Amino acid sequence: MKSEASLKRLSASELRAQERAAKKAEKTRQRRVAHDEADERKRSARNGFSNPDNPRRSWPLTFVVAIFAVYCLFPFVYLLINATKTQGDFTSTFGLGFGHTFALWDNLQEVFTYQDGIFGRWLLNTLLYVVVGAGGATLLAIMGGYALAKFRFPGRKAVFAVVIGAISVPGIALAVPQFLLFAKLGLTNTPWAMILPSLISPFGLYLMWIFSEQAVPTELMEAARVDGAGEMRTFFTIALPLLAPGIVTTALFTIVATWNNYFLPLIMLKDADWYPLTIGLNQWKDQASTAGGQAIQNLVITGSLVTIVPLVIAFLLLQKYWQSGLAAGAVKE
Amino acid sequence: MSAVEISAGPSHDTDSVPVNRHRVDWRGWKFLWPFVVVFLFVFIVPIVYAIYLSFFQTRMIGGTVFVGVQNYLRLFRDGQFWGSVWRVTLFTIVQVPIMLALSALLALALDSMRLHGTRFFRISTFLPYAVPAVVSTLIWGFMYGAKYGLVGSLNGWLGTHLDVLQPSVLLAAIGNIVTWEFTGYNMLIFYSSLSTIPHSLYEAASIDGASEWQIVRRIKMPELKGSLAITVIFSIIGSFQLFNEPSIMQNMVPGNTITTYYTPNMYAYNLSFTGGQSNYAAALAIVMAVITMAVAYAVQLNSMKEQMK
Repeated sequence: MKSEASLKRLSASELRAQERAAKKAEKTRQRRVAHDEADERKRSARNGFSNPDNPRRSWPLTFVVAIFAVYCLFPFVYLLINATKTQGDFTSTFGLGFGHTFALWDNLQEVFTYQDGIFGRWLLNTLLYVVVGAGGATLLAIMGGYALAKFRFPGRKAVFAVVIGAISVPGIALAVPQFLLFAKLGLTNTPWAMILPSLISPFGLYLMWIFSEQAVPTELMEAARVDGAGEMRTFFTIALPLLAPGIVTTALFTIVATWNNYFLPLIMLKDADWYPLTIGLNQWKDQASTAGGQAIQNLVITGSLVTIVPLVIAFLLLQKYWQSGLAAGAVKE
Repeated sequence: MSAVEISAGPSHDTDSVPVNRHRVDWRGWKFLWPFVVVFLFVFIVPIVYAIYLSFFQTRMIGGTVFVGVQNYLRLFRDGQFWGSVWRVTLFTIVQVPIMLALSALLALALDSMRLHGTRFFRISTFLPYAVPAVVSTLIWGFMYGAKYGLVGSLNGWLGTHLDVLQPSVLLAAIGNIVTWEFTGYNMLIFYSSLSTIPHSLYEAASIDGASEWQIVRRIKMPELKGSLAITVIFSIIGSFQLFNEPSIMQNMVPGNTITTYYTPNMYAYNLSFTGGQSNYAAALAIVMAVITMAVAYAVQLNSMKEQMK
């Protein structure tokens, strides 16, 4: 009783100081625990004892996996090294060694100025397709997945069966009639030809469906409804924040699919002004083999580097989110 | 309708949810309709249109005429088509098992928590998936090059005459590119299904005296079977659609090794976009869709049976 009273009399600054001290003590404690755990691991490793939560690290196994990692990363290294070479050095010097001159900046400059800077235009096109196409696909997948997971409505099973069946239809079976249909509607050779088909991601829908089922408790939705929130309001204020990791995962996969798409724009777009990066790069590569064409492999390689850097950065930065999102999606199986 | 509501009403008075269970609940469509509308437009309508197109033929004289199943009959006698089907079948039989075995082993290794630097390996083996098919084919194509590529450099260095682009091994060279692109992706599917196994299960097993190998065989492998069915189906569909890698490599490979009918997809593409035979291409696309789905379905059925044992 007495101590309680004295506590109340403590000033705000004293309280803060106490809080700080408590935090510091907690940190030291955690450090000690981590240290003890490491010691324990070492001890059990020495004794040859293994337990699944505290396993022995194995150098031979690490070495085997490292070989595979080298195989995976090797082309990236090759790309990086060769982006620093001039066209002359590219064809004359050793593939994994640097050239006589370090031309990375010159190459980058030339990539963006060659043919009146058409590469910049391709980059902007790709961004447009990604923002509208992949962004829209993510939005449709979120809403559709949420509906399939959280409502029991007529036609729900039919929609799901048809969508899953559609995944197994080969792209070409779609692309040819899609092209002919779009040509009839006058949509080919416009950004719409690239955007509209990108709006549908059956895999994204599947992912969001599974994710919504777990991440959004029905009780919470019902509580919101009892409090008088409409369906849209419940969706935006209750469901969306809970779905965030799943949304990041779905967005990343639809972005990759749109950014890397080659087949669809190849068919739909004839005007170089609407090309995305993938088609543009391939056209530059083909230039070497056309009669009288100037070989610009140094630009193709540097352009390739520019093409993959944004995605690689996105994957690295958002690692934590998409991996947890994917893991949650796997529970269903 | 209202009669049902009234008679059913009182019995649900205690239910706190202000929804009558006997009334049809349409609210889901508020969220689903945008997806369905676009889906109808870019998926269903084109498929129906393709089926329609496959029964017609455009002739020099007389325009487009109904020819019934003639396009299909022609396809069944088309040696180029069946050659391409055989090529992707061979590709599937060899490449898919190698890739999936690698992915599964990698996932098990990463999940064993016995690696130094698990996080680094997880992300670095997945990274190729972020690279567009165009770029990965360009890089590997340049590396394969015997004239001024990496293989060429090695040949000059070691005095050998390796050529990974010669016709007999070209398909394997393409298989390597596809393996590079998708092993990490499949690994991630396996890995995420492994990560859903509760750790208490491992603890219980090790208390019962199970060795690590037994835990892998009895707990982890059965868990992988579920995701194996999915990865197998996706991989088969992907292989049967093989297009990007061979068509981008077409003029990086000396001679005419990669023909316009190298894979069914390339054949259909060339028929409709350079050959002006959209109707025949539509028939081809439909036949390929049926074959793909049949194979995928048969394989899935097989894996299901195995699980039943």
